[in-house]
Amino acid sequence: MRNWGVVWLVVMALALSACNQIAAREGGGEGMAMDDGMAMDMSGGSMAADSLEAQDTENGLFRVSAVSQLDPVVINETHAWTLHVETADGSPVTDAEIAVEGGMPEHDHGFPTAPRVTENLGEGEYLLEGMRFNMGGVWVLTLAISSGGQSDTVTFEFELK
Amino acid sequence: MRRLLVAGAALALILLIAVALISTGLVGGGAVGATIREVFTGSAGRGGAATRPGGASAHSWTDAERGLIASLSIDRLPPLPPDPSNAVGDSPDAVALGHALFFDSGLSPDGSVACSTCHQPDRYFTDGKVLANVRDVDTPRHTPTIVGIAYSDWFYWDGRKDSQWAQALAPQEAAIEHGGTRTAHARYVLSRYSSEYEAVFGPAPDLSDTLRFPAEAAPVEDETALAAWVAMSEADRGAINRVFANIGKSIAAYSRRILPGRSRFDDYAAAALANDGTRMSELFSPQEAEGLRLFFGDGQCTDCHNGPLFTNGSFHNVGLPLPEGSKFDQGRSLGTLQVVEDVFNCLGKYSDADEEACVELRFIKIEGEELIGAFKVPGLRNVAETAPYMHNGTFADLDAVIRHYNHAPPAFPGHSDLVPLAFTEEQSAALIAFLLTLSAPADAPPELLLPPEGSE
Repeated sequence: MRNWGVVWLVVMALALSACNQIAAREGGGEGMAMDDGMAMDMSGGSMAADSLEAQDTENGLFRVSAVSQLDPVVINETHAWTLHVETADGSPVTDAEIAVEGGMPEHDHGFPTAPRVTENLGEGEYLLEGMRFNMGGVWVLTLAISSGGQSDTVTFEFELK
Repeated sequence: MRRLLVAGAALALILLIAVALISTGLVGGGAVGATIREVFTGSAGRGGAATRPGGASAHSWTDAERGLIASLSIDRLPPLPPDPSNAVGDSPDAVALGHALFFDSGLSPDGSVACSTCHQPDRYFTDGKVLANVRDVDTPRHTPTIVGIAYSDWFYWDGRKDSQWAQALAPQEAAIEHGGTRTAHARYVLSRYSSEYEAVFGPAPDLSDTLRFPAEAAPVEDETALAAWVAMSEADRGAINRVFANIGKSIAAYSRRILPGRSRFDDYAAAALANDGTRMSELFSPQEAEGLRLFFGDGQCTDCHNGPLFTNGSFHNVGLPLPEGSKFDQGRSLGTLQVVEDVFNCLGKYSDADEEACVELRFIKIEGEELIGAFKVPGLRNVAETAPYMHNGTFADLDAVIRHYNHAPPAFPGHSDLVPLAFTEEQSAALIAFLLTLSAPADAPPELLLPPEGSE
């Protein structure tokens, strides 16, 4: 009896962990791709690139990209990003209100800071200050964008290794 | 998100199955624990290397592992950046004045307490006590080291101060620490260190009018001193605050010079980066190497204890047990409120920083469940020399610390994202063996590690 229980458990565990691996790969494909294929910086907690490739908001109203002013992005340094917001047809959105959230879902904690958009730089660009990561792993950055009476949200997912 | 849901569902299902199996007696708890841990670490993408006992393989590292090891090395510690809020932070005259003040028990009404009473140089600037204690009265927290603390953004276990100089001021007026008042401190320093003070800060105010500047006045709990403080004119309070801030800036100029030295681990990291197996095996035993592997691998210690100072400078609740008779300590959730209100913070008028430079305070996180009962992650350099451990000194030795992380109970109140390590005795011993390699004498001019010549 005891042996069958162990075998069953191991089979279940293996099956489920295999599912996880596939899901992780799919998630990676849908999530944020880095815009260049730089080799991993050997600094123990850095992003493979300094920017997040353009991504559509959930309902397709806006298209958003982000470039970090800290290159490479490393842990434990508070820094700023420049966001670019445009409409689906590529016109810059110059009057957006942007709310910022994010953190590490796997750890159930947010950013160690309270980052916020502090300046409209014009031509669809916005200054996002107070960004900070305090450990390696998968992070998300969610931007809730409002413009012209319409709101939409985009979530970037990226990993610091 | 989807990946997380899948992983979460998988884990929940496995736990359910495990609990069912254990409760029906089909399998023993030990076997299930091991399986759960393996699946969990796999799904989190953190599969650790298998144990490699003994021999050269203990020192065999992948490129990624070498990168992680290097990231902890003191060779990666940047030169100490200036503190923009302290214009005299790197002035040799301020260092000399701060050195004298740090060891001067004249900065307490009964002449019994100096900074060095708790921050003792021969104890790596700690006091070896569970809770900081002078005159036989416990404070609520354990004395942290000041070595390398100049790299921090926040000070105190709860980060209620945002500069070393602002931190240095609070104990001066805490009734159960120095127990002084800022008017008495200002008068003492301006009389005893008159020329040293003026060499750093320029002409000092004239405090001889005891009606305008009472002997003991400060915004403290003591009603007499508080009433005297409130009765002073705003300009006079400002003049006193300025001298008081300058006392803190001098002490900070001194204490920021006390930095961590090069440990055996740092030499090992250099050898690992060069992939020099012979040198690595000269420097570390297989057990110490295994401890290092566990530290950044299965132990996930580098989630918080990362970078060359082994801290991410953030605040986390690690679900510590509440010692009998003590109240729950709110930690960071109160520290945030205190630092934004602090007259001596980076944005205040006694700070030398432009608003732009006060990045940490401007973007401070003041809301979030994870702040409740959270305390600053201490660096681990010289951890072997600074027992007892945790913000309340609740663990007497490293064995007790690792035992806590092996079980990692959930935090209540608050949130802990720890996963129980469930390390074997051998693994726990290896992890501690590694931590012992982080010891090294402080890196500071030798004269700064002793009371200044000519002091009492």
